[in-house]
Amino acid sequence: MKEPIRVRMAEYSIGKCPDILVTIGLGSCIGIALYDSFSKIGGLVHIMLPKDNRNGLKPSKYADTGIPFLIKKMIESGAVKNKLIAKIAGGAHMFSNTGDISFQIGKRNIEAVRQILSEQNIPIVGEDIGDNYGRTMEFYTVDGSVKIRTYKKGNIII
Amino acid sequence: MSELVNNLNYYQKDALKEIGNIGAGNAATAFAQLLDKKIEMTVPSVDIVPIEEVPEVTGGIEQQVLSVFLKVIGEAPGSILLILSENSTRNLLEMILYKKIDLEKIDEVEISAVKEIGNILSGSYLNAINQMTGLNLFQSIPAFSYDMAGAILGSSMINISVESDNALLIETQFKYGNNEIEGYFFFIPNPGSLEKILKSLGFDTK
Repeated sequence: MKEPIRVRMAEYSIGKCPDILVTIGLGSCIGIALYDSFSKIGGLVHIMLPKDNRNGLKPSKYADTGIPFLIKKMIESGAVKNKLIAKIAGGAHMFSNTGDISFQIGKRNIEAVRQILSEQNIPIVGEDIGDNYGRTMEFYTVDGSVKIRTYKKGNIII
Repeated sequence: MSELVNNLNYYQKDALKEIGNIGAGNAATAFAQLLDKKIEMTVPSVDIVPIEEVPEVTGGIEQQVLSVFLKVIGEAPGSILLILSENSTRNLLEMILYKKIDLEKIDEVEISAVKEIGNILSGSYLNAINQMTGLNLFQSIPAFSYDMAGAILGSSMINISVESDNALLIETQFKYGNNEIEGYFFFIPNPGSLEKILKSLGFDTK
């Protein structure tokens, strides 16, 4: 079998059927898997922050720049924008017992991802978000399914 | 300001290593007193790590670990992260609590004990740095997580990632016995704090 394509934190990758895209260890970060079921092209980005990329940092680190960037790259690879659907995972609150605002980043990431996908008219057809556990996301471009591996909740298919 | 993290020279890195050394030495002493055992520590390393590689710095990115996260507050803010393997935590808790530990059923008392270890190590680490630099750094209350190492490390990088695509990690490893206890201790200054820390050590960063 072909090696899965690794997507590291604040990075993205595009795959074509039968590629498997994998991002390991989503905490408060969110993995956004976009899929065009006609061309069987998939894209996965692992964002860390919602928005406000003021310092010219990596676009794929932010929801507001990372998602449009991924869409652009997918279209360049042959995907059709209005065929895209999304599955998202992550946005957890990893550390217990603190009301500190910087720990609420998971929640803010979820809001930003929802907002940006809605602006781009891309429906979210599957999700496993929030709560307090880490996730690994495996995205199968053969059929667009996403398997989420966790320690606290076992495996989840979305 | 965040550019400094990418442009540190040899002497500046060495000075940061010395900070890690002083901090870790003090923390190891406190740890040894707590356990009444001899704790070894490695010479601290100072690494500038691209943010995407941070989840992998302890090895197994998907390995389940126990961790304590503390914010460093004061003139030069940052974070402290203590990461312990399951095996190390079990041994550690059994030494402190004098009972058999089953991590699958870890309870509040046991979690508090892990947090307190993070608290004690951080307090003594920062005390030593404060004495050396004249800065006044202190830690927030500890937060705990028992989950995937990559998810924990990634989520600890939020403050850093706002300012930079690189993280400066001052890392020390603690060891007791024949791998009975092994832990990673990271002091991670926010990129904007580097200038203040270096200045406090007499460097002109302008």
